Amino acid sequence: MPDSTKLEKNRKSVRHQTFIMLLIAVLMFGFGYALVPLYNVLCDAFGINGKTGGQTAQSVVSSVDKHRTITVQFVSMNNAKLPWKFYPYRKSVDIHPGENTRVAYFAKNESGKTMVVQAIPSVAPSEAAKYLKKTECFCFERQTLADGETMDMPLLFHIDRDIPEDVKEITLSYTLFDVTGTKKSAPPEQRGKISK
Amino acid sequence: MSEQNTAAIGTEEDHHHHGPDNGKGLMGYVKRWVFTTNHKDIGTLYLWTSCIMFFIAGTMALLIRTELFQPGERLLDPDFFNQMTTLHGLIMVFGVVMPAFVGLANWQIPLMIGAPDMALPRLNNWSFWILPFAFILLISTLFLPGPAPNFGWTFYAPLSTSYGPPSTDYMIFAIHLLGISSILGAINVIATILNMRAPGMGLMQMPVFIWSWLITAFLLLSIMPVLAGAVTMMLTDRHFGTSFFEAAGGGDPVLFQHVFWFFGHPEVYVLILPAFGVMSEVIPTFSRKPLFGYSFMVWAIISIALLSFIVWAHHMFTVGMPVAAQLFFMYTTMLIAVPTGIKVFNWVSTMYKGALTFETPMLFAVAFVFLFTIGGFSGLMLAITPADYQYQDTYFVVAHFHYVLVPGSIFALITGVYYWLPKWTGRMYSEALGKWHFWLSAISLNITFFPMHFLGLAGMPRRIPDYALQFTDFNVIATLGAFVFGFSQLIFLVNIIWTIRKGKPATGQVWEGAHGLEWQLPSPAPYHSWEKPPNILPHHPRENEPSY
Ligand SMILES: [Cu+2]
Repeated sequence: MPDSTKLEKNRKSVRHQTFIMLLIAVLMFGFGYALVPLYNVLCDAFGINGKTGGQTAQSVVSSVDKHRTITVQFVSMNNAKLPWKFYPYRKSVDIHPGENTRVAYFAKNESGKTMVVQAIPSVAPSEAAKYLKKTECFCFERQTLADGETMDMPLLFHIDRDIPEDVKEITLSYTLFDVTGTKKSAPPEQRGKISK
Repeated sequence: MSEQNTAAIGTEEDHHHHGPDNGKGLMGYVKRWVFTTNHKDIGTLYLWTSCIMFFIAGTMALLIRTELFQPGERLLDPDFFNQMTTLHGLIMVFGVVMPAFVGLANWQIPLMIGAPDMALPRLNNWSFWILPFAFILLISTLFLPGPAPNFGWTFYAPLSTSYGPPSTDYMIFAIHLLGISSILGAINVIATILNMRAPGMGLMQMPVFIWSWLITAFLLLSIMPVLAGAVTMMLTDRHFGTSFFEAAGGGDPVLFQHVFWFFGHPEVYVLILPAFGVMSEVIPTFSRKPLFGYSFMVWAIISIALLSFIVWAHHMFTVGMPVAAQLFFMYTTMLIAVPTGIKVFNWVSTMYKGALTFETPMLFAVAFVFLFTIGGFSGLMLAITPADYQYQDTYFVVAHFHYVLVPGSIFALITGVYYWLPKWTGRMYSEALGKWHFWLSAISLNITFFPMHFLGLAGMPRRIPDYALQFTDFNVIATLGAFVFGFSQLIFLVNIIWTIRKGKPATGQVWEGAHGLEWQLPSPAPYHSWEKPPNILPHHPRENEPSY
């Protein structure tokens, strides 16, 4: 084969391969983003990151499992030294699976200005997360308080009867985040995710 | 050392451009280097950049060790200490090891496969010239108001998002630039290796260094975009209201660790596979035997690269994963010890019953095999999930990755430079200085990093500027070792400069046992080489390999 045709053939295949490799790079950039929904789907499926999910559960009317008692502890935290008072009225309750329970958290804005906050729940042990069903929760919405204003923030929940036998104690913690001034583009549990 | 091959270059005489066009005066000189598309020039630029970065990041390491010489806040402000650990790590990974291996690739790939240049020379120029801007951005953060990045080289969210200083954005853009540079460089390497080999050189006749770079380039192509994605998510979290890693908005900081380490684990093989390649060239040369088990070496590299994509969570066993996931990542991680063990076994077998001589490159290579294996073993210890709960975030981890990176990647780079320097410059380095450099480095690095194993097992956390009194003795030893190691590297610099200026002329083959194509060229390799591709004769050394 003469050198020039060979060179031309070579140049063509280099161009072709370069295009394919650039495509791989772009696809891998997309793959990085695809890890986000993938992560959330896997966490949901296995209930492994302690998220309780934002959706409202139906409150149950019947079938309370009187044979088991589970201690649910309530914890509160303020993110980044948020100047709010925020604590649960009761530190813990002993309840049966299937039993509807109402508790409340106290919140007071001591920041000197009106603030909007978002409470983010987390459950330990994480495998209990998907069995903790919330019918009503202050964490479903952002909460706005003027300076010095106080509020009782309600939480209505029950524990699913299917919860594994070895779970005897659940800790439900809420962390209060300052979201003043950020726009609410989507429900909090959806933001930062690509699809769903 | 023989001179038999210097005559093979008659063809080069036919071309009448012998060197670079240096133009007139300073501007001509600057233009030559800024606009060059010659693979040798660009290789040189990469290597010198890496050398400068090595001394900058090394100085940071010595500041860190000085602070840790004694307990108590002695010298550095804790925030500045954190900036030092962050920048030391980032610069050593992205500014030293990666560019230096790309420099070796630029110099050696065309020479070793019989190609006149890289496949995409102008792209090559661009890949390099992005780097200085990236590092100016990154290092400028030290001189701007406010702290430089201070959250560790892994820049975990939310430390780097909600709590990151404004300079974090400079780091993000620097990483974008480095990513573009690496991706373009990888494309170039792959295109060169796939299209530009001399006639008759099949894939399984390629030198193992070329194989290692082919695989490394594919790794870079797959992971650098993921890192770019991670820092882009950080950027939008910081400034554009997304909440990828922000719990308040429904994101999850643990997600950052998954994305980062999906990049991060293959990245450690980007830092070590080319080192394996260098070893597979140097050890046969000084053993005067062909590489033992060539095809096993190639398949080991390929399987290490494939496995590297499914082990990332071994960096984050303690985040709260299901037991099944922990077991999966533990077993896959341990599986990597198999191909790695094959490589070590084959290097040792290559040396077995060889006619060994211990010139400086061979000294560094033998130390590599021995000390890198120690780093591999501590890696296996860290892979054991229940044990990792104890070691996580202690100095044991620091000891582990410094053992794979310093006598691993850095020693391999030094090996490669000593081995090919006569080919690049046409002059022999000083063997006496080389031996001083080797013995001081090999001894002092063990004094520096070995005690860190004990510190970690005793519970000293990493990334702290101060520590409890009982850790003092080992820290004193480590600091003394670090200073000896750091200053020993100046011998290397002196040796290189001495070689360029005053070294004795080298022959074409340079080393008695060297057989690759690059040794058929004269030393120094002419500015334009292999314009007429060599014919790979049937007695190419690869094919002399005994069939096992
Ligand atoms: Cu890893």
